[in-house]
Amino acid sequence: MANPVQIRVNDRSVRVNSAPDTPLLYVLANELQLNGPRFGCGLAQCGSCSVLVDGVETRSCVTPLSKIGNKSVTTLEGLPAWYARQHNLAHTPALTPVQQAFIDEQAIQCGYCYNGMTVKANELLSKTPQPSAKQIRTAMNGHLCRCGTYPRVIKAIQRAAKKQGERA
Amino acid sequence: MRQITSANIFPRRDLLKAGGALLVGVAIGKRARAQEPDGVALVLGPDQPDQKSLDTWIAIHADNTATVFVGFVELGQGCSTALLQLAAEELDLDMAQVKTIRLESHTMPNQGGTVASASIQRGGPRIRSAAAEARQALLRMASDKLNTPVERLTVAKGVVSVMGEPQKSVTYGALVGGKPFHLPFTGKAPLKSFRDYKIVGTRVPRKDIPEKAAGKYVHMQHVRVPGMLHGRVVRPRGQGAYGSGAKVLSVDESSIADISGARVIRKRDFVGVVAPNEWDAVRAARQLKVTWDQPPVLPGTEGMHQQMRASKTIDRIVLNNGDVAAGFSGAAHVVTQTYQGPFQVHAPFGPNCALAEVQADTALVMCSTQNVYDARRKVAQVVGMPVEKITIRYYEGSGTYGRSCYDDAAQAAAILSQAAGKPVRVQFMRWDEHGWGNFGPAHLADVRIACDASGKLVAYEYHGWQNNWSTVETSQQLALGTPAGESTGSVSQEVSPFNLGAMYLIPNMQLVNHRVDGVPTSFKTSNLRSPLDLSFSFASEQTIDEVALLAGLDPYEFRKRNIKERWLGVLEAVAQAAQWTPRKGQRPNSKVVTGRGIALGTHTSSWAAAVAEIEVDRETGKIIVKHIYGAIDAGQTVNPAFVENQISGMLVQAVSRTLKEEVTFNKTNVTSLDWHSYPILRFEECPDVTPIVVQRMDQPSGGAGEEVLGPATAAIANALFDATGVRLREYPLTPARVLAVLQRR
Repeated sequence: MANPVQIRVNDRSVRVNSAPDTPLLYVLANELQLNGPRFGCGLAQCGSCSVLVDGVETRSCVTPLSKIGNKSVTTLEGLPAWYARQHNLAHTPALTPVQQAFIDEQAIQCGYCYNGMTVKANELLSKTPQPSAKQIRTAMNGHLCRCGTYPRVIKAIQRAAKKQGERA
Repeated sequence: MRQITSANIFPRRDLLKAGGALLVGVAIGKRARAQEPDGVALVLGPDQPDQKSLDTWIAIHADNTATVFVGFVELGQGCSTALLQLAAEELDLDMAQVKTIRLESHTMPNQGGTVASASIQRGGPRIRSAAAEARQALLRMASDKLNTPVERLTVAKGVVSVMGEPQKSVTYGALVGGKPFHLPFTGKAPLKSFRDYKIVGTRVPRKDIPEKAAGKYVHMQHVRVPGMLHGRVVRPRGQGAYGSGAKVLSVDESSIADISGARVIRKRDFVGVVAPNEWDAVRAARQLKVTWDQPPVLPGTEGMHQQMRASKTIDRIVLNNGDVAAGFSGAAHVVTQTYQGPFQVHAPFGPNCALAEVQADTALVMCSTQNVYDARRKVAQVVGMPVEKITIRYYEGSGTYGRSCYDDAAQAAAILSQAAGKPVRVQFMRWDEHGWGNFGPAHLADVRIACDASGKLVAYEYHGWQNNWSTVETSQQLALGTPAGESTGSVSQEVSPFNLGAMYLIPNMQLVNHRVDGVPTSFKTSNLRSPLDLSFSFASEQTIDEVALLAGLDPYEFRKRNIKERWLGVLEAVAQAAQWTPRKGQRPNSKVVTGRGIALGTHTSSWAAAVAEIEVDRETGKIIVKHIYGAIDAGQTVNPAFVENQISGMLVQAVSRTLKEEVTFNKTNVTSLDWHSYPILRFEECPDVTPIVVQRMDQPSGGAGEEVLGPATAAIANALFDATGVRLREYPLTPARVLAVLQRR
């Protein structure tokens, strides 16, 4: 077993024991038992393992633990709190507007890719609060969905952007 | 942060305490009889719930809620919610008052596999009937309790009251809560008229979506148990010929000596690794040096269709109406063409995963199978135990679209757990799932269609070549040496009397199937969503368009003149949505040209049609589908919102499979092993979609998860001709193929 290291995940400092070359995904899934990031390809091709690292969408399946250092990792589980901080909300909502929009649009089928969809869409809206449909497609292009729910993902992101705009 | 607790690992224990009362209403023990109550062959065996007992289907709890035992699995299509709509409707309960529990062998009714998009069509009637019968029984109890004849009772939200005297009432929960009915299920209770429906036909939201959006849903890939090992299979990168399997010449265990904790497990040619730490298992599987015997017997992607045609086949006339030869000889316009379709792979977005706990004489396997009773049989074979000693517990994986590697993963986990003496979780790697999938079969077609001078179809002939589905999963083939075998089945595996020409009134028709033996030089195959239909529609509906052109008729008008029965409804619905108008004038000579195509098709039930609007870049050969429309008449649509979601998904998946997807291989093995070598559609290529549900409340329900794929494929191909004036006879319609055909012109 490797020497324990401290990393920051979802606003908490946690001690993990994985070897430094271990991809962050396995640390999150097995040591911290987080269900958000999940294995899809192990090749950074699909986006199912995505997390935010200092607010930037990152493929945890190819990011070794040793690269995390002092950076802040946010998984799907920590996104509502991350969102609340971004928008200076007094309370953390149960879901981000993106997640609520996925429910409202009944966008999801099997749901496996929605970790990545949610992480990436939140990153997008944090940088581009009112994206055009083209900007959404470009931003989301590295995230695959085998069930073919792309059209509803686009609609849901537009809905979430509108909601966030109304609140601002 | 420890969110996976033992409650997550074994949720059943909690779920069983539904409504606070321990649920005891499951009738087990009687031997299943050889019966096909749902019109499908069941995998029979001991220790299945007695389908003739009402308690097998429904339990009423003290808190006035009901659990409905459903023998179908949720695959993201919404059937678990839709089947509950049927039960709630007949029971007069609210949707909030009904639930189902995790599917497991032994305890859940055997309704056959969740296949052919037929959960509602095939399973719905039994759920409905059981709910109606339970309601009848409850009304009899209420009648005694309230001292009022049944005819004077009324029910709302599980509260039975006397008509005109609402204060005289009793709840279902108070009548039977927590106790079994102890009644036979006769199937004789009268059902409600659709005119009285309050829940069926409405857009009830899916029950699984909130948890999936919140990241709290437990997919198979999330399941962990204490003390388990992580396992990986070790195979050549990409399968070779099915019959060759993968023979081990040597294993160099010292090659993973530096990974402490990792251990090689070998059973004949089955090689796997286990380790307490997942990354160690991943590394060990990657690093382990195995020398395989890989005979160069495959034809390679380029030679495949030629080899299919040359091979010895088992031929069968599937349909023969009228006199085909006479029909052709007297026809005004005849088109004869050859078409080719590729092998494609299910490629679930999360590769399959299974967790097995094999003990001395029992085994529990958690997996994402579409048929828990079939998985039980397959696991029993590899661990050498009687089926009744095996429990299969279903967890939804990522969308599977047919028999991907789920049973292979379940067998692998069981083999590794038995050898290691500990629970083992096996997660397939991306290259395992892509490389060792049970592919959707490649297809070769000779099609000939003719019409008379007025544009009436007079003769239709279709010859199709493909191999049947595999019967032995790879783990079993390698571990036990079980010879590769193919199913002798026909539906969905041979030229289809449902999807080939079936939409038209044609007096002379012949369908001939040429079954290729896939074992020696081809791949293992299975039901990939809408099996073979993409290839069928691609061939048949393009030829229809060609005949229409010779007859001087617009493709929509031509179809309308020849169509029969309920096909007209979907054709008109889709044409209207797309505002179909006949093409006028010359094609422009610009770099980017546009085109539209229309087509009809189905799988085995329901009626579907599609229109595709595309752009073709004549310099790059790239096709972009801009907008695609799909209509389905699935009879009574229990939840139109679910079907719209299915249509949208089918349309997008059809675009992906038509434009991009193709298993590639050389002489020894498959070379499409990930999302780069087997690309699928991306956001930037995704069309706008318009799903259309043709609701027919008075008709029996049909399937609604596959039927649009075939017509969507053909509509895209027809749109390519409309845009460019050339046709492609082979898909996927890649830029290279489009360019080649444009340049040949």
